[in-house]
Amino acid sequence: MLPLEGILVLEFCQFMAGPSAGLKLADLGARVIKIERPIHGEGGRQIAIKNLFVDNSSLVFHTVNRNKESYAANLKDPEDLENVKKLIAQADVMTHNFRPGVMEKIGLDYTTVKAINPALIYASVTGYGTEGPWVKKPGQDLLAQSVSGLTYLTGDRNDTPTAMGLAVADIYCGTHLTQGILAGLVRRNKTGKGALIEVSLLESMLDFQFEVITTYLNEPKALPERTKEGNAHAYLSAPYGVYPTADGHIVLAMGSLIKLGEVLECEQLLQYQDPDLWFENRDEIMLILKHFFASHSSEHWIKKMEAEDIWCAEVLDYKNLLEHEGYKVLSFDQVVTLTNGEKVHTTRSPIQINDQKLFSKTAAPRVGEHTEQISKEFNLM
Amino acid sequence: MKPLQDLLIIDLSQYLSGPCCTLKLADLGARVIKVEKPETGDSCRSMYISNVNMNGESSIFRAINRNKESFCANLKNDLDKKKVLQLISKADVLVHNFRPGVIQRLGLDYDTVKSINPNIVYGEISGYGTEGPWKKKPGQDLLIQAISGVTTLSGNANKGPVPLGLAMADMLSGGHLAQGILAGLVQKGKTGKGCKVSVNMLESMLDLQFETVTTFYHDGGQPTQRTESNNAHAYLGAPYGIYETSNGFLSLAMGAIPKLGELLDCPELLVYQEFNSWYDQRDKIKQTLANHLKTNTTEHWLSILEPADIWCSDVMNWERLFEHDGFKVLDMLQTVEMSDNYQYQTTRCPIKIDGKVIKNKKGSPFLGENNESINSEFF
Repeated sequence: MLPLEGILVLEFCQFMAGPSAGLKLADLGARVIKIERPIHGEGGRQIAIKNLFVDNSSLVFHTVNRNKESYAANLKDPEDLENVKKLIAQADVMTHNFRPGVMEKIGLDYTTVKAINPALIYASVTGYGTEGPWVKKPGQDLLAQSVSGLTYLTGDRNDTPTAMGLAVADIYCGTHLTQGILAGLVRRNKTGKGALIEVSLLESMLDFQFEVITTYLNEPKALPERTKEGNAHAYLSAPYGVYPTADGHIVLAMGSLIKLGEVLECEQLLQYQDPDLWFENRDEIMLILKHFFASHSSEHWIKKMEAEDIWCAEVLDYKNLLEHEGYKVLSFDQVVTLTNGEKVHTTRSPIQINDQKLFSKTAAPRVGEHTEQISKEFNLM
Repeated sequence: MKPLQDLLIIDLSQYLSGPCCTLKLADLGARVIKVEKPETGDSCRSMYISNVNMNGESSIFRAINRNKESFCANLKNDLDKKKVLQLISKADVLVHNFRPGVIQRLGLDYDTVKSINPNIVYGEISGYGTEGPWKKKPGQDLLIQAISGVTTLSGNANKGPVPLGLAMADMLSGGHLAQGILAGLVQKGKTGKGCKVSVNMLESMLDLQFETVTTFYHDGGQPTQRTESNNAHAYLGAPYGIYETSNGFLSLAMGAIPKLGELLDCPELLVYQEFNSWYDQRDKIKQTLANHLKTNTTEHWLSILEPADIWCSDVMNWERLFEHDGFKVLDMLQTVEMSDNYQYQTTRCPIKIDGKVIKNKKGSPFLGENNESINSEFF
């Protein structure tokens, strides 16, 4: 039995942050019904990466909305809204990511909905919270990264601000949304009462930086300074970073520079006996290592260092990773079959319960694919 | 009432992945007792960043371990171990992040713990799972990033691998563990039964990349291609990126290229009428945009683009952000205090419950700070 079996989630969310939380809940056993506007469905169906579409919705949509059902409703139509309210009355959780004020206009704000279902966990995602000058700013991943200070942490010193090359704000915020919802359900088991859960992309990006922001706030406020070359963390000492080798790249994590010098027989490193220098002089130390590693293959260096318990790894791309035994043994991928018979080869949930990997054969739905069935089941008009 | 009030968590984990999970659970109301080894305690206590020391220990330890208690115990000593087992017998949740095999040697694996406390939710994080060639490899953030393919996504095409500049694998796997544990607690609240929840850092990093890994499977295994300039997402078309202006930077997310051409008074962009060209010709478009946006200030461009509903933003560092009303209104910072009255500022929990932000004044504990009180309470 999966832990969230019997939990009904209504997902009014679009795009990535909210739906990624819905996917986690679905894989943990909840039944997730997307409430989508008729015909076009949620906006995320048209947001594609690499312009890839499958069965009229983007491949991204299929990735983040598998294992869900779809109920089509026009929230501006009184009859549809009435049906949706009947669904809400029987749901355990609802999520939405409308901008502040929109749910009030529709008539599905927390106060209204709580009257229909006092035990409901009502969860919302915004870009920047519910008040202040940014309330109307689009809650979009790159913009949230950009205002949060995050772009000064990745890349090298002379690079312009560098975004993390995927939707980190959406995804990380999605983990917080899921945590809040589940914590609400834990409390409800004891008290019978619902909860209002609110998260935002910006607060999630600040939480993401909590270690470095705490360091910044309690120091003489020095802004992050990335290393000159091979930067992997603006606040960590050498050798932490990326280095080219004769045939690829390797990374080195934290560790004693003196031990490293001895293992590699790289005498230049031995001059840095005082560990404070590993931070202060990290640019010159990293440059020494860069020249040193150029002479041999990644495999050569990894073998030598792993034998001495030095924290290092070879850098892999998707091809090298997905063909590697270390990846295959995870059985992390799965294939789902769409309504039109096409197949999507994707990934599974990263959470295992009682040593069971959580697979699900259910693909993402077409817009309104389950409207009729749900209408019957819940006695809707 | 905070949602996890009255729940007891015994946390055997160290560094970041496990401890950032229990920080969230603590902020949501649970009581977290960190079990730490004698003398050094959690190794994170001495893992300094920027050489910054806060009240004798590392700033990151102070950030990660506020709102927790510390119980110092040697798990290899019979008497201490007996106490820890007694704590576990009363706990709702146990968390550890030992490498596979170590927890069995310590006699604290799920089967053993379950025999003492059948209803516990038992959470564990490893680096790469419990089988296969990598299982003994150190579960360290940068190594996981390197292996996971994520370093191929950030930065421009002419750069080598670019890691994400934070411990993403640690924090994301901690986030996933918190989700699994909370789901386990939901079930426990209904059925009384506990469960084992396992995550690993590599799978968490792959889950982060679920869009691009799915794309890789779908497009026949094309190599990831970052853009030549202004890359912010290797799989998205123009204008997606961060651009230099005459006095700072501007990020541009989505937007129709011809419309941008009109708004920005950049006629060269008007030739890209075809939707597909925004992806296929993105290097050229980005170069044109980059040259054009340099000619005026960030404020100038924002004043044109924002009213037209183009998704764009100023690019800020913390100094500017923290002075902005948009940040201040979030009330995101808090001051916490340690038992010796040392105070420090840090961020709060990002989850709001019932319209309220969650703050807690309790700072991080000294090693073994709560041994005496825990001894008299439990033994």
